[in-house]
Amino acid sequence: MSPKPHNSQRIAFFGGVYSNYLALEALLEDARARGVQRLYCLGDLGAFGPLPDRACDILRETGIRVIQGNYDNSIGNGLVDCQCGYTDPRDNNFAKLSYDYTFRNTSTENKNWMRKLPSEIRIQIGSYRVLLCHGSPRKMNEFLWETTTSNAFLNWLFEKYDIDIIVGTHTGLHWRREPSPGKHFINCGAIGRPPNDGQTTVVYTVINADNDGNDGSACRLEVDFVRLTYDYERLAAEMVSVGLPEEFIETIRTGWWTTCNEILPAKERARGIY
Amino acid sequence: MVLDHPTLKLDHLDTLWFQIAGTLCNLRCNHCFISCSPDNYALGMMTFDQFLPYLQEAAQLGVKEFYFTGGEPFANPDLLKILAATLQVGPATALTNATLFRSQVVKELASMRDASIYSLELRVSMDGFSPETNDPIRGPGTFKRIMRGIKLLLDGGFLPIITAMRSWPIEQDEAQLAEFKTSLAEIGYRYPRIKLLPSLKIGQEARRDHGYSERDYITKTMMVGFDSSQLICSNSRIVSARGVHVCPILVDQPDSLLGKRLSSAKQAFELRYQACMTCYQYGALCSNASSAAVNFERTTISRSRPR
Repeated sequence: MSPKPHNSQRIAFFGGVYSNYLALEALLEDARARGVQRLYCLGDLGAFGPLPDRACDILRETGIRVIQGNYDNSIGNGLVDCQCGYTDPRDNNFAKLSYDYTFRNTSTENKNWMRKLPSEIRIQIGSYRVLLCHGSPRKMNEFLWETTTSNAFLNWLFEKYDIDIIVGTHTGLHWRREPSPGKHFINCGAIGRPPNDGQTTVVYTVINADNDGNDGSACRLEVDFVRLTYDYERLAAEMVSVGLPEEFIETIRTGWWTTCNEILPAKERARGIY
Repeated sequence: MVLDHPTLKLDHLDTLWFQIAGTLCNLRCNHCFISCSPDNYALGMMTFDQFLPYLQEAAQLGVKEFYFTGGEPFANPDLLKILAATLQVGPATALTNATLFRSQVVKELASMRDASIYSLELRVSMDGFSPETNDPIRGPGTFKRIMRGIKLLLDGGFLPIITAMRSWPIEQDEAQLAEFKTSLAEIGYRYPRIKLLPSLKIGQEARRDHGYSERDYITKTMMVGFDSSQLICSNSRIVSARGVHVCPILVDQPDSLLGKRLSSAKQAFELRYQACMTCYQYGALCSNASSAAVNFERTTISRSRPR
């Protein structure tokens, strides 16, 4: 644990929980050890993993502020699918298996809670005005991939929403860019499954903002993508015991995405093995 | 019959298309929705100098992605230069029949892809997964040439998106795909990206199969509760050598031309064409899956189940 800079803020952002309550527990411990002062969850609580109520219960008990993801919007409103927009029959089949399992195993109380979650939160970090969203500021299920999102478009978003930093999740792949000075887009990653790079660890984001000086100038910003170790073998065993598809379990054990790859752009797809 | 056609305004210019090869194509497919061919000069090829001001204006306007179509884009001698300039600004997708690729061209494409932070997508179109189903539509020997083009792209490290118009009943998808996937695996494409498209019943396809029926129009009533962002004209425009048109499907309709510059082509468009129904029914048909954001409102209203 590194010492917290004087007069600074240390804030963690995470999303794509996908029912991975074991990673969520590991994250809480890791964030505490890093001296994180506040945490924000950017949505998609269910899907993929086992026992969906557990992650919801942890989030509600800890009082972490949560934004609604498209999955939460679907489960909370009793829709027929996750609104990810797959067209490939194989992807749709796995998405349906996952969605139906999550829907059946989420309590009415948690569904009601999900339905009422906000779709965005605005906060201040030092001199930066920060907008937290799930997909993009304008649409909950918009994919902002690293290799298909132009700087011009990001700059348009910053201007339209009158904001300095946008933090999102949704794609499950972390990335960041500073398309113009002082403007930052950050995808905080997902803690529900590894980012398709052959490692079993998952990713969340810690922002350090050093507000030293207080002279009105922009504060120094550090963005760390944290690789989080958790008991993935236990998660995999629990997925087996509740009958989730072997393909999902393989992803947890190997770190490679086996399903729902259709939506990946060329470069992101080429980084995986499927 | 008087119909109450709705109008749709451009919300934001997310996607900019270029009719970069005009209506000129090395093939003469009998389903082509704007009847492209080697001798259709209705829309000419765009030169780099014609293209560049639009790219610059697009960057000012916050465009997210760029698509290139024709005709056959790789028949345009300026295309490589155009793609390289685009990849400095944003992601690019070229729609191609893959019959004009040579190893040197693929090498240059790979080189510009690797130099950019953005994706370069190559979308290969075909009309059947065997010579028996493809060649009657695309022309004799084209299946073999397309497969050779795909192989060259694979050798260059590309993962082309293979699109096919569904020229068979939807129930046969799985059977049609199974054999084709085996053929692709044999040339090294183990997990192919395949996108099946419905047929657009206009141009040559209206003559080959059948056109839209008289009732296939969007009405104002149909827009109630419909997420209009599913319609391409709410977020896209297409540039040809003539100027800026409302959408790629209507590019050969005279009144689809909205202005000379992007900033003068933002006006609302009346959805009075039968082809607009295809967009209404199938959503982001022309875009890649990575750009999809499905329709919340429609899902909520008509597809919800009891809580």
